[in-house]
Parts: sequence; C-alpha cells; structure tokens
Amino acid sequence: MWTFLHKLGSPRHFYRISGGMLPWLAWTTALLMAAGLYGGLVLAPPDYQQGESYRIIFIHVPSAWMSLFVYVIMAAAGAVGLVWRIKLADVMAAASAPLGASFTFLALVTGSLWGKPMWGTYWVWDARLTSELVLLFLYFGVMGLHAAIEDKRTASRAAAVLALVGVVNIPIIHYSVEWWSTLHQGPTVTKFDAPSIHLSMLVPLLLMALAFKLYYVTVLLMRARSEVLERERSSAWVRELARGT
Amino acid sequence: MNGPGAGYAFVRLLERDLVLAVRNRGELANPLLFYVIVATLFPLGVTSDPKTLATMAAGVLWIAALLATLLSLDNLFRSDFDDGTLELMMLSPCPTTLLVLAKVLAHWLVTGLPLLVATPLLAVLMAVPEAARWTLWLTLLLGTPVLSLVGGIGVALTVGLRRGGALLSLLVLPLYVPVLIFGANAVGATAAGLPVTGQLLMLCAFLVLALSLAPVATAAALRISID
Amino acid sequence: MDALREFFHMGGYAFYVWSAYGVALVVLVANVVVPMMRARDLRARLARQARLERSP
Repeated sequence: MWTFLHKLGSPRHFYRISGGMLPWLAWTTALLMAAGLYGGLVLAPPDYQQGESYRIIFIHVPSAWMSLFVYVIMAAAGAVGLVWRIKLADVMAAASAPLGASFTFLALVTGSLWGKPMWGTYWVWDARLTSELVLLFLYFGVMGLHAAIEDKRTASRAAAVLALVGVVNIPIIHYSVEWWSTLHQGPTVTKFDAPSIHLSMLVPLLLMALAFKLYYVTVLLMRARSEVLERERSSAWVRELARGT
Repeated sequence: MNGPGAGYAFVRLLERDLVLAVRNRGELANPLLFYVIVATLFPLGVTSDPKTLATMAAGVLWIAALLATLLSLDNLFRSDFDDGTLELMMLSPCPTTLLVLAKVLAHWLVTGLPLLVATPLLAVLMAVPEAARWTLWLTLLLGTPVLSLVGGIGVALTVGLRRGGALLSLLVLPLYVPVLIFGANAVGATAAGLPVTGQLLMLCAFLVLALSLAPVATAAALRISID
Repeated sequence: MDALREFFHMGGYAFYVWSAYGVALVVLVANVVVPMMRARDLRARLARQARLERSP
C-alpha cells in the first residue's frame, strides 16, 4: 500500500497509472450521470409545491456541494505540497482551482434560474447564494495568483497559503452572511431544503452527487497529467515519452 | 536571541517605519484624503436627504475605510522589498512574525488611526444619528486593525509581482466581508435602539483571531515571495 | 409523442429547467475539452522539441 502511494507520488508513475485509470473513471462517470439524469428528469414525480421546476435540484445541489468540497481538497493538497514539498500535491491543487470555480459558477447560475420561478426574481441576497458568490471570488483570487506568478513552484506555494487562509475564513464568512441575511429579511427563503425528501428524488440526487464527484476526479487527473508533463518538461522520462510518440 | 532582544527589534522597526512615514507626508495624507473624498461623493451621487443618508452612512463610511486601507496596503512591504531590506530583516534572528506585527502596527498607526480621527467629522456630514456615532467609531477602532492584518497577507503574497495592485484587491476584499458585515450592522442596530454587544464582541473575536493567525500567514507568504 | 412534448415542456418551467441543464452541460463539457486540447498541444510541442534535438 505504502509503496503504491509512494510510487503514485512520483510524477512519472502518476502519469503512467493515471493514464490507465482514466477510461474507467470516465465511463463510470458517464454511466452514473446518465442514470441520475434519467431518474431525476423522467422517473421522479413532480414536486407537489414547486411542480417541475424543482428538477434543477439535481444539478444545483451537487454543484453546491462540490464547490465547497473542491476548495477543501485544494487547500489540503496545497498544505501537503507546502509542508512536504510533494510536487504532485502542488499539481493537484493547481488543477483543482478552475474546476472548483466552475462548480461554484454552476451552483450560482442554477440557483438563480431556480430562484426566478420560486422567488419571482433571479437574484435574492439569500445567505447561501451570497456565500457562494464570495466563494467564487475566493476561487478567482487563487486562480489569479496562479496566473500572475511566473514560476510554477512559487505560484503553487503562494496559492496554497491563500487557500489555507480562505479555509479558515470560509466558516466565518458563511456564519456572518447567514447572520446578516436573517437580520435583513427573516428566514423566509429556506424553500430549498425540503424537510423530508422522497426516495424517488433522493436516489437520483445522490447518483448525481456521486457522478459529479467522479467527474471531478476524472477531469482533475486529466488536468494534472498535462500539468505534470509541462512541469517536468526537461526530465528524462518526459523526453523519452516525447521521442516515442 | 533572547526575549528583550526581540522586543528591542520590534520597537526599533516600529520606530523606523513611523519615521519613514512621517518624512513622506504626501503618502501619509493620501488614504485619509481618499476616505474623506469618497464619503463626500456619496451624498452628491445618491441624495442629500438626511434620512436616506443616515440609513446608508455606516455602510458608506465602512466601505470607504476598507478601500482607503486597501489603497495604502501596497506601501506595507513594497519599498523594503525593492531595496532588499526585507530580505535582510528576514535573515535576522528575530522571528519574522514579530517583525510583520511591527510593520502592520506601523501601517495601522499611519492609516487606520487618521481614519478614526476623521470619522466623527464625517459622521456629522453623513447625518449618522447621534446615538450611533460612538458605535461607528468603536467598530472602526476594532475593525481597521483587522483590515491591516488581513491585508498584510495579500501584500505579502503579491509583493514580488510587478503589477500586483488589482490582484491584491481580488485577494483581500472577499476576506473583508465578515468585518464589513458586523461593523456596518452594529451601527444600524444602535440607531434602531438595539443592543450591539454581540456585534462588538464578534469584532473583538475577529481582532484576536487576526492578531494571532495573520502574522504567521504573512510571514509564510513573505518567505515564499522572497525565494 | 405527447409524452415527449410534455417532458420538454416541464410543466411550464421549460425555460428555467432546460437553461439550467444547458449551462451545466456547457460548463462540464468545456472543462473536459479545454484540458484535452491543451494536452494535445503540449504533446505536439514536446514531440517537436524531441525531433529537433535528435537531428541537429
């Protein structure tokens, strides 16, 4: 087990092993997503309050879950790279940022598209939407730092510090925004969390959540492979690989 | 190095930064003037009706203070980084976190404190209800050091970049959200006759948290930027 | 046929539901295609570099 992990930690073996894993991951993701979509769009009955509009939940909620999950993973990978100087951890953190921002963006857009029929307007300064917006800005900060610093090693370390500061701040921001929004409009907009969700809706929701998670892993590996090749450009194994093709 | 030595370094660095700031009077006045001008533009741009002004005064003054701090943040490490002083400081046996704390304290004394002095005047101009003026001042007293401390992290991360200004605001402003929320809302609550002990304690908690964690993060970021 | 039309109609919420799914599709596909294109460019660049080094 440890030797396997150790091997995986070296860029060269990572490149080889991840190449073998990718097709499996991609197909599983596609299957899960198809099953989730079929269950969510076709099998699940309309909601008795929201009619068909609630079907946005099957992409909105998984995106929102992923937006936070990816940030935590990014910060954790950044910390590992910062402390133990593991190159692969740096690569993972760098590859996570645009993906996390995409999920956050999706959560925002689908949330506002769901809000229009439910609240009568595309945007409400609801606690969750607002925290999600701030989270998007935090992602942009990390991406901006990656883009601005020329040297990739330095960029990764700086972004890791920023991501760790963000992880400390996210609960505080979330709590503040929640407090602020209850102060301003009262707890009127909690329609999103139905008290109990029917099994025919819960199963596709969980399927979609799992599909999103696997999607993240798949694309993360794809991005990480390119990043590894680019960063290890001058190493012997990359040269060998380039000569082979 | 023993305790008194580190304390001595702290005091000397603080002294040096303050002397440098006073010698450079133009720079010194900039954030303050910015604060006053932004606050003046709001009545012109929105309305001069005292009632409307009173409801938004706290938010406007808080955001103006936030931007004024942001504007002045770049001075925190820039000149010392450019001439290599910063690198020498970090090579000294004195812990970097302590040096960071000294520099941030100097920054707050030079930018945060003048804002506090100007605030009572602007509170009158912005028609802040009399009962809420103390609260506004108190929230700014507790909040502006947090702005300097958290901003320090952002500057430390971007100090090695040629054009770090726009990036700095992207990094730092989202982190200012909690302080802004509690600071501005405390003032509104006072005006509505509600107790604000909770908000003030929250700001105290932010200050303690920033005071203990931000210098560590800033020192780490500086080490990365200098490498 | 009617069932299909009803499915696309989404009980009157067609615009919101389908645009939400459409945006999701675009974002998810873009996140796959962009790294793929980048990977191909990179591999071509590395191969060219290798050829140049072989034939001085």
